[in-house]
Amino acid sequence: MTNKELAKKSAEYRKKILKYIVGAKAGHTGGSLSCTDILNVLYNEILNVSPENFGSPDRDRYIQSKGHCVEALFVVLADQGFFPEGDLETLCKYKSHYIGHPTRKVHGVEQNTGALGHGLPIAVGTALAAKMDKKAYRVFTMLGDGELPEGSNWEAALTAAHYKLDNVCAIIDNNKLQITGPNTEVCDTDPIDAKFESFGWAVREVDGNDVKALKEVLNAVPFEKGKPSLVIAHTVKGKGVSFMENTLKWHHGVPDQQQYETAIAELDSVLANI
Amino acid sequence: MGAVTTDTSINGKPNQDVFAAVLQQLATADRDIIAVTSDSRGSGKLVKFGTDLPEQIVEIGIAEQNLVGVAAGLASAGKKAFAVSPACFLTARALEQIKNDVCYSDNPVRLVGISAGVSYGALGTTHHSLHDFAVLRAINNITIVVPADNFETEQAVKAAVKSNKPVYLRFGKKSMPLLTDDETVGFEIGKGRVVTKGKDIAIIANGETVYPALQAAQKLAEQGVAATVVSMHTVKPLDTALLSAIAEETGAIVTVEEHMVNGGMGEACASYLLQQGYQKPFKIMGIPDEYTVTGSQVEILNHYGVSADGISAEALKILKQ
Ligand SMILES: [Mg+2]
Repeated sequence: MTNKELAKKSAEYRKKILKYIVGAKAGHTGGSLSCTDILNVLYNEILNVSPENFGSPDRDRYIQSKGHCVEALFVVLADQGFFPEGDLETLCKYKSHYIGHPTRKVHGVEQNTGALGHGLPIAVGTALAAKMDKKAYRVFTMLGDGELPEGSNWEAALTAAHYKLDNVCAIIDNNKLQITGPNTEVCDTDPIDAKFESFGWAVREVDGNDVKALKEVLNAVPFEKGKPSLVIAHTVKGKGVSFMENTLKWHHGVPDQQQYETAIAELDSVLANI
Repeated sequence: MGAVTTDTSINGKPNQDVFAAVLQQLATADRDIIAVTSDSRGSGKLVKFGTDLPEQIVEIGIAEQNLVGVAAGLASAGKKAFAVSPACFLTARALEQIKNDVCYSDNPVRLVGISAGVSYGALGTTHHSLHDFAVLRAINNITIVVPADNFETEQAVKAAVKSNKPVYLRFGKKSMPLLTDDETVGFEIGKGRVVTKGKDIAIIANGETVYPALQAAQKLAEQGVAATVVSMHTVKPLDTALLSAIAEETGAIVTVEEHMVNGGMGEACASYLLQQGYQKPFKIMGIPDEYTVTGSQVEILNHYGVSADGISAEALKILKQ
């Protein structure tokens, strides 16, 4: 896809994320909007995964560690043809398979996540299996910046480097906010790059809301032979809707009808200008 | 039902030694079998496995949460991953990974809890696993198997390789004699083994407590009391058909386990029987709700009556009810 087409996809995805969050009367709005461009570039440019090859042992894997931003994942999976988008009208409704976290009951989802600090260890195990089987598939996982204090991430970071897993790539959706406030106030994890480098990872930083930059950096994975790759994607929580951007209450705030219409109008004007 | 092993050389060893030997035998023929260890290959008796099959062992280091998460990833990609770690750490520290990454995501990891129960004796509470049946019983999509002797161990490991579902195998460190040389008493996951039959009372035990239960039955026989002894090696799913039959055929029931009495195999039996309307003298033996007395495994078990003398005394007591 051209960068323009990707940018359009991002705006369309954001509109849908808001639509289904409003329909569900629940969702992680800010984080879903911050990671939209990452998922867009992964599924449209990077991952060798589709509804047709999802049963193949050779497919690339994507494991969403920050499971709470499932609305963004579901919207992208629907767009990829894993299931009819209309299914998302049942999001979080009684007896729906579309719950508020990734579940394998939904076609296209690799692992059931939601508890934080779980994606990276599973990704590392999957990447290890690829090495054992001499398979070329790669494993991507996306973490929230707020989940970095979970110790299991650092345990897995050690294992990935120890086994030289250059087929695993972790992306941090570094929107700098978590439910209580700025990460730096809750538990300062900076400098993330130096920490992972000292653990034996190859690290790059990118504007995580710039599809062109994301495309370049994700196409460069692995950054170094024999090392796992980390992408620190600097993002804006609530990206694309000015009154939500960098605003704590939109962590899991649900827009009312008027706010929803204002947000859609802003995204429509973005679309019109691409 | 599998026949009794013809390899008599493995009988009389610690179950976890037999686990390692059988796993290596199977792994030699199946390169998808992977042992995943947390600096635990020594206590898991997997040093030889690691030397002979270096491509099939993944050392994680002391990091049990990662042990289980990585094993789940391996399993999701088709590996028959055996995550081996002391039962105390595996089922407590990594419980969330067991719940989510293994059971909920249905990644068929074979969890192997070694040196279970109070095997570590005087090392104390940090190293005891007296909670594992209780916590795992409360998680959906996991089979809990506690082999009593070397035969059950061998059969359980083979069954775990064949089954493509999450399973927890629990082993101890003590050398275990064969419960029976009756070749008709086979092994099947989910089916209790009736080791000996008697109509007065049933002793339902598992793991390393089945042998003292059998010794208790011999003591009872000397006093004219005929006891059934069952190795209820599968805690979940429980063999409810066997429980019903026992409740119909015997006058009283004692359960015995190397686990806290709260939430263990005994309570599982009691829950089923009560809801089926059976009411008869019933006693759950195990470790009470306290931090255990200091001692070796056998001293601790004796202290709480989990011994031939303790079990036979309890049996006589409830028969008088
Ligand atoms: Mg955040």
